[in-house]
Amino acid sequence: MCLGIPGRVVEITDAANKLGLVDVCGVRRQVNLACVVNEDHSVASCVGDWVLVHVGFAMSRINEEEAHLTLELLRELGEAQSEIDAMRRVN
Amino acid sequence: MRYADEFRDPGKARTLVAEITRLAVPLAAALGRPLQIMEVCGGHTHTIFRYGLKAMLPEEAVEFVHGPGCPVCVLPMGRVDDCVALARDPKIIFTTFGDAMRVPGSQGSLLQARANGADVRMVYSPLDALQIARDNPEREVVFFAIGFETTMPSTALTVLQARREAIANFSLFCNHITIPATLRAILESPDLRLDGFLGPGHVSMVIGNRPYDFIAQEYRRPIAVSGFEPLDLLQSLWMVIKQIAEGRCEVENQYKRVVPESGNKQAVAAVEEVFELREFFEWRGLGSIDHSGVRMRPSFAAFDAESKFLMPNLTVADPKSCQCGEVLKGMIKPHQCRVFGSACTPENPLGALMVSSEGACAAYYQYGRLDMKAPRPAAEVQV
Repeated sequence: MCLGIPGRVVEITDAANKLGLVDVCGVRRQVNLACVVNEDHSVASCVGDWVLVHVGFAMSRINEEEAHLTLELLRELGEAQSEIDAMRRVN
Repeated sequence: MRYADEFRDPGKARTLVAEITRLAVPLAAALGRPLQIMEVCGGHTHTIFRYGLKAMLPEEAVEFVHGPGCPVCVLPMGRVDDCVALARDPKIIFTTFGDAMRVPGSQGSLLQARANGADVRMVYSPLDALQIARDNPEREVVFFAIGFETTMPSTALTVLQARREAIANFSLFCNHITIPATLRAILESPDLRLDGFLGPGHVSMVIGNRPYDFIAQEYRRPIAVSGFEPLDLLQSLWMVIKQIAEGRCEVENQYKRVVPESGNKQAVAAVEEVFELREFFEWRGLGSIDHSGVRMRPSFAAFDAESKFLMPNLTVADPKSCQCGEVLKGMIKPHQCRVFGSACTPENPLGALMVSSEGACAAYYQYGRLDMKAPRPAAEVQV
């Protein structure tokens, strides 16, 4: 629950509610971007960002290398697939 | 050093292990016992076992004490019973993270309640629960909000969204708990022997590092906020032991690539808008801890399941044979529990520490069974 999973913001779907589509290992789902948006980083500028997604919320912007290392770790821990399966369940 | 070769940077892992050993061995010799370092977060426990970090370190000098940082593992039975009671109400759709489905209460788990006809739905995100509420306006949708500061912003933001849309049939059953109050309770424990802490990286991603200042300043223990890679944990361990060796007590941040010193402003603002501290919260195994939980502010009563619905709200004792509390406090190791691996297994958990992959008992069961040197009690207890 606390590990989260990295994904990449591909599209803003609802700018008013700060919602965007995030690609996590090929699975796309709507994610709330409120915690990575601030006065210096608008909703629109999130497209292309790598973010750490916790239970449907982007909690931190990370760089691409960090994203790949974290995905690798999650695969080794056996957590990546269960997280992706959970994301797929309700979409 | 068999394991170090599996690391992304085996050279760095070897250097860190050598440095930790060089510093820790004389410190432990002076103390007459190993340095006891608590990894607070269940995610860290999982990494420590998966990568065999314990076996890489001199056991006479360094001991990991597994902390309480697995939200599912510290859920008391009474709260699970409240969930089951809510779920049995035919007008309610009860939604929860998958982790919480198998936690046993005195009336069974949510999984069993579902098998008996209750409408319990597993969701990935509280946003999915909100969608279920939009799709089922004639039903009440309750989301079981659990987790530490890492998940609090997500449920807070979901409630704010529900309020914006005036969704009247959505509420939270709030069981969020806070890490700093819990660490204070552990530090107040009279038989405490902990020498330092590896801090939970993703909690700090939200709240920053300042909430741990009291650990260094009031209790004179070093802490390093750590990432989740095995190398992160070795480096954090080295930072803590270096502080001990140099007589320093500070809050250090090993996980700077994700954790800003002051945390995430937007996340903290959402949490503060929706939640307030409870006077106390009951933990499985640890009992009642002051100010360790949050509830919804009165202005959000319309979204608070505790205001909207009647619940048994009883304190229920853990099964007698279950020793989760002693494991959580570091008094015994998981495999020293009377029912470990016999009456209590990941398939049929008796105690919550066996339920989640982040629980110390499940981690021991999965990875640690070849490495159990401490003796077990002579007689197995039948339950």
